[in-house]
Amino acid sequence: MTVPQTGPLLSVEDLVVEHRTPGRPVVRAVAGASLHVAAGEVVGLVGESGCGKSTLARAVCGLHGAASGRIHVGGRPVTPLGLRRRDPALTGVQMVFQDPYSSLNPRRRVGAQIADGLRTAGDTATSPADLLERVGLPRAFAGRYPHEFSGGQRQRVAIARALAARPSLLIGDEPISALDASAQAQVARLMRDLAVESGAGLLFISHDLSVVRLIADRIAVMYLGKVVETGPTAEVWADPRHPYTRALLAAIPSPDGAGVLPAELPGDVPDPADPPAGCRFHPRCPFVMDVCREKEPDFGPVACWLHAPEPSSLS
Amino acid sequence: MTAAQKTAALTIEGLRVSIGGHDVLHGVDLTLEAGRVHGLAGESGSGKTMTGLAVLGLLPHGSRASGRIAFGGRDLLEMPARELNEVRGAKIAMVFQDPATSLHPMLTVERQLTEHMRHHLGIGRKDARERAAALLAKVRIPGPEEALKRYPHQFSGGMRQRIAIAVALACEPEVLIADEPTTALDVTVQAGILRLLRGLCDDLGLAVLLVTHDLGVMSAVADEVSVMKDGLVVETGPRGRVLREPRHPYTRSLLDALPVPPGENSP
Ligand SMILES: Nc1ncnc2c1ncn2[C@@H]1O[C@H](COP(=O)(O)OP(=O)(O)OP(=O)(O)O)[C@@H](O)[C@H]1O
Ligand SMILES: Nc1ncnc2c1ncn2[C@@H]1O[C@H](COP(=O)(O)OP(=O)(O)OP(=O)(O)O)[C@@H](O)[C@H]1O
Ligand code: SF4
Ligand SMILES: [Mg+2]
Ligand SMILES: [Mg+2]
Repeated sequence: MTVPQTGPLLSVEDLVVEHRTPGRPVVRAVAGASLHVAAGEVVGLVGESGCGKSTLARAVCGLHGAASGRIHVGGRPVTPLGLRRRDPALTGVQMVFQDPYSSLNPRRRVGAQIADGLRTAGDTATSPADLLERVGLPRAFAGRYPHEFSGGQRQRVAIARALAARPSLLIGDEPISALDASAQAQVARLMRDLAVESGAGLLFISHDLSVVRLIADRIAVMYLGKVVETGPTAEVWADPRHPYTRALLAAIPSPDGAGVLPAELPGDVPDPADPPAGCRFHPRCPFVMDVCREKEPDFGPVACWLHAPEPSSLS
Repeated sequence: MTAAQKTAALTIEGLRVSIGGHDVLHGVDLTLEAGRVHGLAGESGSGKTMTGLAVLGLLPHGSRASGRIAFGGRDLLEMPARELNEVRGAKIAMVFQDPATSLHPMLTVERQLTEHMRHHLGIGRKDARERAAALLAKVRIPGPEEALKRYPHQFSGGMRQRIAIAVALACEPEVLIADEPTTALDVTVQAGILRLLRGLCDDLGLAVLLVTHDLGVMSAVADEVSVMKDGLVVETGPRGRVLREPRHPYTRSLLDALPVPPGENSP
């Protein structure tokens, strides 16, 4: 592929990340995932709960060592194999964590925490109150402590803090899950606009597919540690090809007032410590074939034997 | 549907709450019925979580509550702390918006699930363990037996939320207050949890207050829908009516803000 300097802002190649606990089987939370985010691009990362999205995001921030594979941000490697690096801000990566409490220090006023970010960016023109206003909070809230906010307000504070540092790559891990429908669309657009305007990339992890559809240029669908389908958002929506992507889109409940329970995926949620052989989705796939049980479909953009790049690889 | 057996399981009347002298609830009225899901939507900061916390007597320090919360012929706001402790967890359970609040970080999942059961249901260690594993399977946790031995931080965000749901259901409560129980879940796992909640209502007569901002979720399981704004319930009615013919401008604005027109994602 391209040389690092002109390559994508974020490139994740064949990443493997494991959680090890003494006396327990190794949990291979990310099992050979590849992903790219270009400067000024918004990529939505979606997938089953527990499939490894947060683990991947934390590895990109250097908060988890990689067992193998490569992560580059701006052409520079993030995690030397097995090593942890503590200050992601140095490479211009900011993350809004899934649990807003872990983005914020409970013992400091939020204004002071946002000011830290502004200092990182060398921004003397903007005040913490300005940023609170941009994410839709009253300016006076700068004097409050994190526990004095509602769930959604706390998420907005975490976003303001991350934006203050002017990252070149912003990662949002369920950053707007506690907001109401109208605020979600507004804050998601704000994140998109701020990222795109400044030429930053945004990796947006969310279970809210309607918001992902609204703001992402491309989406990546993850299942049990692997990216199983990537493509431009509109294309994937119009024509989802991986059977898991299809099941996912079909399970979005419709707000039509009809009281219809959405369809569940059949079968058990697999354990990443003991993944199925062959295609990882095969025990739950309505289209399973013999080849699926034996050989892993290790190709893109759709990792499924129904969509192999060329027939010869089916052997 | 056995609509005939409509019984008010819990009634909130004129609930007012102030925190540090600042009013956050201005007289909330809500009725939960056995076997029914009451959906609660509303603006961020409008007081949905505070309403749930008031029912459980878990408001933050420096809060004052007035009004009435009737449950089993008693007013929960007047109930002595020791009695309320017995009701909480056994008869009324809550799934918190932030699963970190529901789960103790230093205890294994097994202990968190079985300790309540053994205390409130008076069952032995082995039975409690079996029930705990069955509950984890119901909330779609892979490898339930093995999962019992792990600690909360060893699970993903959505898995912690599902474990918190299992803890809340452990003692077969009569009333469940679920504050955004599926927001950390993808839509296929969410579908499983919604079916589970619906089933508990239909089969065991559980009364559920489901706080959610997801109108699709609301539409799938709620029987009644209430909408809050600025510390007040501004609209209440049957699901179909509120979602199709909203009367309050705020409800209408929520529906208008939906990025995807209703029905477009239906299979
Ligand atoms: N400890 C506290 N001290 C002071 N005010 C608080 C405290 N906790 C919450 N509040 C305020 O009380 C109001 C109601 O909060 P609540 O958490 O009930 O909102 P919510 O409707 O659940 O919102 P969300 O959808 O964002 O979770 C908010 O305006 C919030 O700022
Ligand atoms: N510290 C840990 N120790 C052991 N296993 C872990 C640890 N953290 C996460 N896991 C496991 O790794 C897998 C992936 O977790 P991760 O948090 O990345 O999922 P996720 O895709 O973000 O899910 P969610 O949508 O529910 O947040 C899960 O099976 C989880 O149980
Ligand atoms: S490879 Fe086979 S089992 Fe896997 S998703 Fe495709 S058809 Fe289904
Ligand atoms: Mg996660
Ligand atoms: Mg809340």
